[in-house]
Amino acid sequence: MTRQRPKYLDLLKIRLPLPGLVSILHRISGFGLFLFLPLLLWLFHSSLASPDSYVHYRNAIANPLVKLVLIGLLWAFLHHLCAGLRFLALDMHYGTDLPTARNSSRAVLIVSILLTIVLGVLVW
Amino acid sequence: MVRRIIVGAHYGLRDWLVQRVSAVVMALYTLLFVVILIAAPPRHYGAWKALFAAQPMKLATFLFLVSLFLHAWIGLRDILMDYIQPTGLRLGLQVLVILALVAYAGWSLQILWSV
Repeated sequence: MTRQRPKYLDLLKIRLPLPGLVSILHRISGFGLFLFLPLLLWLFHSSLASPDSYVHYRNAIANPLVKLVLIGLLWAFLHHLCAGLRFLALDMHYGTDLPTARNSSRAVLIVSILLTIVLGVLVW
Repeated sequence: MVRRIIVGAHYGLRDWLVQRVSAVVMALYTLLFVVILIAAPPRHYGAWKALFAAQPMKLATFLFLVSLFLHAWIGLRDILMDYIQPTGLRLGLQVLVILALVAYAGWSLQILWSV
């Protein structure tokens, strides 16, 4: 039995279901975190190396642009963590039925965005 | 009946497992770090330095970072396998990613053990 399904690979026309959205954001957030590893290691290094470099570190993270980047990375980390925990649960066959998978996807998206907003406001 | 293994190098299952074990290590470290931040927030340089001066914290942080670099390697390898089709370019980018991650590991050792 064959059924006519729409088949196109135009990224702007693909309508992903929620679990698919969580999945591609998991990939994008992981890639983003990888790209910014040098910045994060440099900040970590400055924060620990000496009292002087600690001051540099405090000045660096006080810069609004750096702050925005770090809050973006915070979202990437939180989304990657929440989606990762969901994938671990799926690996162990928890929540694999469609309604639960949809609900847990929605929860991953909402929790990571809410936590980012709350923590972002706290550190601004 | 002939029993033979018909798939390739078997690194698939191993990498799948490394990805999950490293994820669990990072999640546990994150939990530990959040507990520390809530219980005794290091508000100045002295307290922040003292936190990482303790050997258990150094080792835990090092395990977290090694897990992170292994995890990043498998993730980046998957991304490159999916999107970069020319073999030479893909190999070149994979080598760059490995070199970067090994360099980050050396940097991490320096950061942690010079505290």
